Amino acid sequence: MSLISKRVVFGALAFSFFMYSYFVYTTGTAIDKGENLMNEASKKGKLVFQKYNCIACHQIYGLGGYMGPDITNVISENGKGAIYAKAFLTSGTKRMPNLHLSEDEINELLAYLTYIDKTGISPVKRFKINYDGTVSEN
Amino acid sequence: MMALLVKIERKEIGIVFILLALLSLIGGVFFGSLSALQFIIPGFMNDFPFFKSRPLHVSLVVSWIFLSAIGGIYYYLPRYCKLPLFSNKLPRFHFWIFLFTGIVILGCYIIGKFGGRKYWEFPPILAVPIVISWILFGFNYFKTVARKVGEWPVYLWMWGTGILFFLFTFCESYLWIFPYFRDNIVRDITVQWKAYGALVGSWNMLVYGTVIFLMERIKGDESIARSRLSFLMYFLGLTNLLFGWAHHIYVVPTNPFIRNFAYFISMTELIILGRIIWNWKSSLTAAKKDFYLIPYKFIVASDFWILANLILALTISVPAINIFTHGTHITVAHAMGSTIGINTMILLASSVFLIADISKHEYSLTEKKIITGGFWVLNIFLTIFFLALLFAGAEKGMLIVEDKLNFQEIMQHISPYLTLFTLAGLGIFVGILLIAIPSIKTINKYLLQ
Repeated sequence: MSLISKRVVFGALAFSFFMYSYFVYTTGTAIDKGENLMNEASKKGKLVFQKYNCIACHQIYGLGGYMGPDITNVISENGKGAIYAKAFLTSGTKRMPNLHLSEDEINELLAYLTYIDKTGISPVKRFKINYDGTVSEN
Repeated sequence: MMALLVKIERKEIGIVFILLALLSLIGGVFFGSLSALQFIIPGFMNDFPFFKSRPLHVSLVVSWIFLSAIGGIYYYLPRYCKLPLFSNKLPRFHFWIFLFTGIVILGCYIIGKFGGRKYWEFPPILAVPIVISWILFGFNYFKTVARKVGEWPVYLWMWGTGILFFLFTFCESYLWIFPYFRDNIVRDITVQWKAYGALVGSWNMLVYGTVIFLMERIKGDESIARSRLSFLMYFLGLTNLLFGWAHHIYVVPTNPFIRNFAYFISMTELIILGRIIWNWKSSLTAAKKDFYLIPYKFIVASDFWILANLILALTISVPAINIFTHGTHITVAHAMGSTIGINTMILLASSVFLIADISKHEYSLTEKKIITGGFWVLNIFLTIFFLALLFAGAEKGMLIVEDKLNFQEIMQHISPYLTLFTLAGLGIFVGILLIAIPSIKTINKYLLQ
């Protein structure tokens, strides 16, 4: 492989990567149903979530730690909801330490969880497997 | 202590990076073992909870990978590639920035000051010195290799690619500080995993470049790093680094093109898999011949783990399978299997090679026996660890889709596997100690001469 062809292949890959990055930053992620739903409280809630490193134990869309459950849809799940989540946030459990959150922090976290809940479903339990190995949600 | 560090960093900067790397590895595996115990014993060491021990584990292990890869590059360029470093001062700045930033990061975790992003869980301001140190490293590297007469072997391309794309993806992982990215969870998660996926690919470039360099030295065959095939494999790996990251986020509701494109790109790794299987027999014959060499043992082990992890990666990149495995311990098996089985084996090979080389010290017979014992302990327990995670993940995935049990019940169901995983983790810790302690002792002897 000559030096010039190596440079051309590398340059083409790098250029395609930057173009693709632009697509991901814009059109590729523009379908978030929740973007306009994120109010001031949920914005603050997101920062509270990060301040207490909640992602070390919990998952959003299956991404995060496995010590605790996926909380993407904790607000709308059968048998759960905001009151259920608030109880955990207020007192902790044997697995989850009591973080001594303020009332404001708890409400902001709940607003953030409510926002996430509206953006999609995780884990996906109803789906159809297609012949090419892809999956469609039912 | 500081006076001692100043004295030794003047001696040979590559080996000082390796010393710090080995200490990070021991620390990282220690906190990993602690986190695993907290996983199976609720309430264990509640004063130092999981959300503190886990980032310590992750950051120290990632530091091990970077420090040992960087230490090797600083050492090999002047000694083996006939490329004296452009600057001998910049690596020292690099080292001190890395050390001080690292200490501050560990301190932040201990007192509970977080940035709260998976992997980089420290406050974002601490990313600034990391970027500066990386710019110093990159500047020195490219100024050094630019003087190379003739064509670059593939490992020089790989190291350069790793440095460039680490800088880009590390900065990209901080785009969340801008509201445009932060205030849309789909965009935030997608960009975060785009950055992390490619970032792992960029450190793999540093690590795989190192193993090709070592193979060239051990075999004394320069064609290994110059053949057309090795460059084709490099470009295929680079394509996966740049475009294959989205298999981490199939469930995130992005534009379907992102998911389908990642699926297609991930499947190109079948070519790499095919090549490994094709070469398997000749690799085995060669392995038998050189297996007495300690670095070579680690390289052979990494070969085995590459095969196992590539099969797993390909399998879980198929959306129809990923729907069952995503968010389960199978993902952990893949991450840990790659970090320990591939990266750590290769970087231990490099560290052992470098330590023996610099100290002109063939390890004593006892040290060789201890390291070889550590090698087997590490690999046997890693196999148990990997399998336990696979079984735990498979069962959890099925139970989630069945949707009959709640989270606590599922965790109870898989607890025997998690207990086995924790015990195997402790075995891995012992194996690492058996390898690292004789190596640290040898470095100390050399540095304090």
